[in-house]
Amino acid sequence: MAGKKLKKVDLIFNQECLTKEYLKRTLDRDADELLAELIDSGLRGRGGAGFPTAMKWKMARQAAGDEKYVICNADEGEPGTFKDREILEKVACKVFDGMALCARVIGAKKGFVYLRGEYKFLLEQLEKDLDIFHKNLRDIGFNFHVGIFLGSGAYICGEETALFESMEGKRGEPRNKPPYPTLLGYRNKPTVINNVETLVSALMVTQIGAAEFKKLGTADSSGSKLFSVSGDTPRPGIYELELGMKLSQFVEEFGDGDTKAVQVGGAAGFCVPRKRFDETVIGFEGVPTGGSMMIFNSSRSMFNVIKNYLDFFSEESCGQCTPCRVGCQQLLLGIDAVKRGEKDPAYIDSMLKLTQTMKMTSKCGLGQSVANSFASIAQNFREEMIY
Amino acid sequence: MEKVKKINIDGLSVQVKNGQTILDAARSVNIHIPTLCHHDDLCIAGNCRVCVVEVKGKKGLVASCAMPTEEGMEITTNSLMVRNARKQIIELLLSEHDSRCTLCYKNGKCELQSLAAEYKITGDSFIDLVPFKNYQIDKLSPSVIKDDSKCIRCQRCVRTCNELQQVGALSMAYKGGETKISTFVESPLYEVVCTQCGQCINRCPTGALTEKNYLDPVWEAIFDHSKHVVVQTAPAVRVALGEELGIPSGEVVTGKMVAALQRLGFDSVMDTDFTADLTIMEEGTELLGRLEKVLKGGDNDVKLPLATSCSPGWVKFMEHLYPDFIDHMSTCKSPQQMFGALAKTYYAQKRNIDPKDIVSVSIMPCTAKKFEADRPEMRSSGYKDVDFVLTTRELAIMIRQAGIDFNSLEESDFDTLMGESTGAAVIFGATGGVMEAALRTVYELVTGREVPFDRLDILPVRGMDGIREAEVKIEGVLPEYDYLEGVTLKTAIAHGLVNARKLMEMIKKEGAMYHFIEIMACPGGCLGGGGQPLPTSKKIRDKRARAIYAEDAGKPIRKSHENPEIKQIYEEFLHEPLGEMSHKLLHTKYRERIKF
Repeated sequence: MAGKKLKKVDLIFNQECLTKEYLKRTLDRDADELLAELIDSGLRGRGGAGFPTAMKWKMARQAAGDEKYVICNADEGEPGTFKDREILEKVACKVFDGMALCARVIGAKKGFVYLRGEYKFLLEQLEKDLDIFHKNLRDIGFNFHVGIFLGSGAYICGEETALFESMEGKRGEPRNKPPYPTLLGYRNKPTVINNVETLVSALMVTQIGAAEFKKLGTADSSGSKLFSVSGDTPRPGIYELELGMKLSQFVEEFGDGDTKAVQVGGAAGFCVPRKRFDETVIGFEGVPTGGSMMIFNSSRSMFNVIKNYLDFFSEESCGQCTPCRVGCQQLLLGIDAVKRGEKDPAYIDSMLKLTQTMKMTSKCGLGQSVANSFASIAQNFREEMIY
Repeated sequence: MEKVKKINIDGLSVQVKNGQTILDAARSVNIHIPTLCHHDDLCIAGNCRVCVVEVKGKKGLVASCAMPTEEGMEITTNSLMVRNARKQIIELLLSEHDSRCTLCYKNGKCELQSLAAEYKITGDSFIDLVPFKNYQIDKLSPSVIKDDSKCIRCQRCVRTCNELQQVGALSMAYKGGETKISTFVESPLYEVVCTQCGQCINRCPTGALTEKNYLDPVWEAIFDHSKHVVVQTAPAVRVALGEELGIPSGEVVTGKMVAALQRLGFDSVMDTDFTADLTIMEEGTELLGRLEKVLKGGDNDVKLPLATSCSPGWVKFMEHLYPDFIDHMSTCKSPQQMFGALAKTYYAQKRNIDPKDIVSVSIMPCTAKKFEADRPEMRSSGYKDVDFVLTTRELAIMIRQAGIDFNSLEESDFDTLMGESTGAAVIFGATGGVMEAALRTVYELVTGREVPFDRLDILPVRGMDGIREAEVKIEGVLPEYDYLEGVTLKTAIAHGLVNARKLMEMIKKEGAMYHFIEIMACPGGCLGGGGQPLPTSKKIRDKRARAIYAEDAGKPIRKSHENPEIKQIYEEFLHEPLGEMSHKLLHTKYRERIKF
C-alpha cells in the first residue's frame, strides 16, 4: 500500500476549542448527531488496540441503566510512551471536555481519570483544572462530575478491566471478557473507558468535523495522532503526525542515519528491522502504535532489547493466568540459556511456539502481546539471540 | 423466561440455557474438557487456561469455563491447535511446580498429575523454574500444610477462603513470576485468621494444601504394646469413607469401618456418636437453664440465642471475628473432646487401665479437629484428652497401607462401652442435625411427649439452604417447665462460614431473634468437612446427607436421652447433666483471637 507522506499536524495541543461557549455548544447538540459524527470520523482508540471509539460509545449508550461511567485511562505505562503526560500537562481541559462529550452521548453522570501512580506530580494542577471544568459545567447546567483515581504503579492496571478492579479496591487482575465494559464495567455498570488522547481526538472531531478529520490519515487509520519518539534520535520528543506514513519516512525524519530497527508500539508492539522500513505503514492497516516509537541504531544489541522487555513483562504480568505468568519467565530464562549455549539454537523455535500459545490463550492483552516483540526480534535478529 | 439456544460442539447440536458456559454445555453432552482452576462450588476464574477451545469466528482460543454460550456458536474442543495449547500450558504449570510426584502426599490424587498423564507429558520442554524460586512450606499449624512449591496459582483456595467461607485468611500476593498465595504479612496459617476448616484442602487440585497427617505416630502407638489405643469415629466418616475405598458415594459403611479399625489393631473401637448423644443431654440442659433464667427472671447476664459449639472451625471463626458472641456459645465441648476426656477417665476406670497408657485417637471428617485437640483447654483428664486426630482420608490411607480389602470385610460392631448411639447422634454429621437431635430430646423432656413431627423427622431444619429457620411451639408442658408453656422455640441453622457470618450480622443487627442456633463451619455440615474424601461437590454432599438420614431412620433408638449407655454413664459417673463432673470434663471456655 502506498503510504502517506509524513506530515506534522497541530490539532491536539491547539487551544482553540477550549472555551466554555464551545463546550456548551457541543453539549447542547443532539447525542445521536454527535455519535453519528464520531462514527463518520472513523476514529479508533489511541491507546494502542485501536477499537473504534464510536462503537464503544454506541454500545454504552444502548446499554440499559441510569448509572454509567466515563473513565479516562491515564495509566500510561507502555515503555516508550509519554504523550498522555504531555496532554495532561498542557491541555487537560480538553481531556475533561472530551469526557463530558462522552457523558453527553452515553448518559453518564460520573467520570474518573485513572492517573498513573508515577504521574502524581500532575495531580495538583489537574485538580485545579478540574475545578474550572466543574464550574463551567455548572454554568452550562450539565450534570457531570469527574474524579481522579491514583494508580499504584502496576502496568497491568492499564488493562481496562484490571483498572476497574483496581478502582474497586481489589487486586488489579484482568477480568474474563465477555462481559465487556460497555455492558458491565466499573462497579458492573456500563462504562466507556478511553485513552487520554482518544478523548481529545473525539472532541477534535466535533470541532473540525468528521470530514476534515478524515482528510488526515487513511481509510483504516483516520486522523492524526501523537508519537512519543525516543531512543537513538537527535530529536526525541512528542510529535503529532498524520497516520498512515511509511516507517522509512519516519526514520528519515527522526533517525540518526544509522537506524537498525524501530520498536513500534512499545514493549507490547512490534520491532521492525531496517529491511522492512519501506514496506511498513504506521497505522491500523500496518503496524499500529499507541504512540511509542523507540529507535535503535546499530550500536544496540537486540538481545538486550528483548531481554529488557521480557524482564519487564515477567515482573508486570499480573500472575493469574498460566501462559502469561509462566511463559514470560520461560522466555526470559530461555533467551539467556540459548545465549550461554545451554540450550540449542533450535530452542528459539520452541520459544516462538510458546509465544504463539501465549497469544492464543492468555487472558488479556498483556500475555497476548508478548509474542509481538519476541517474534519480531527473535525472527529478525536471530543471530543476535545466539551469538 | 429462559431462552434456549442452539450451539454446535464438535459436530453435535446442543441445546443450552441462558448463562451456561461452553464448559457446561460440553459436559451436558459428555464431552470432556480438562479443567484445573474451575470448581463447581466456586465462582469462575478462567486463569489456568487448560480448558481452552476453538470458537469459530473468535480470535485465539477461549477459556471454555469462562465463555458464555451464544446462539449459533460453533465450538471445537479437540483440534491440533487446542491440543498443542493445552499441552504447552500443562508443561508450563509443571515447570513452575515441584514435580517430584513420588514424594508428594497427594501422589495419585493430584489433578495436575492426572492431566500430565492424560496428555502424556514426558521430557523437559521447558526450563525447570523451581530452582529459581524461593518456595516456602508452612508446616506450623496442627491441621494444614501449605507447600508453595506444589502450587499452580489456580486460586481455588483463595476463592474458597474468601467467597465460600468468607474468612479471608488466604489471598494473592506479589505479581508476575513471584505471584503466590499468601496470608496477612505472610504469616504462617497458624498465626492468622485461618479457622483450619480445611475447605481449601478439599478444593486444592495439587499437593499445595494438604492436611497435616499423623499416620506415623498412630501406627507407632498401635504397635507399642505398652499402650492401649482407643479410637472414636465421627458420624460423618461412615457415610464418606467408602468413597476413598472404591465404594460409591452415599453408601453407609459403618460396619466395615469398625471391622477395618479392629483389623488395624486399635484396642477398642468406640463411637463419637455416643458423646454426640451426651452433648445433647448437656447442651439441651444448658438451653433449658438459659431459657428458664431469661423467661422466668429476666436475667440480663444470660445470653440468647445459645449457639452450638460442636464445630471447631466455627468456634475458631467466632473467636477471631465475633468475640462478643463468646457468652452465647454453649460451654459444651464438642463430642470429640467429651469423648477424649471420658476415654482417659470413665473408660480408664471401667477398664482398669492407667490413663497415662491410653492413646486416644479420633477419626474425623474435619481438619479443625486437629487444632481443637491441641487447644490447651482440652486436657481435663490430666492428659491430652485426644492425642491424635486423623481425617477420613487418613483412615483410608491406613486401611490401604494395612493391605485390607475393605469391600470384602465382614461388618462388625462398636465396643459396648462408649459405643452405643442413637439416630439423633448420627445426624450430627449433617447441617441441622444437632438442632434436630436437640429438639427431639428437649421437647420430650419438657412435655413428656415426642416432638410433634411425623416419624420424628423435623424436616424444616434439614436441607442445604445456607440459613434455615424453624419454630416449634411448646404446649402441654410438665409442671417443672411451666415457664415454657405456649412458648414458640425459635431456631436457626447456618452452614458454611459465609452463612455463619450472615447469621451473625443478622443477630448483631436485630438482636436475640432466636433461642437456639446451630452453626457448622463446612458446607453441608461435617459431611462436607475439610477432612472428607475428594472430590467434593454439592451432588456428593447431597448423597452423603441422604445416607446420614437413612442411617438415622434405620436406628432402633432415635433420641439421645433414650441411649441406655447415656443413662448408665449418668448413673455411674457423671450423675447429672451440668453437674460437677460434667463441668470438669465436658465443658470448656473460649478466647478472643486476632482479626486478620
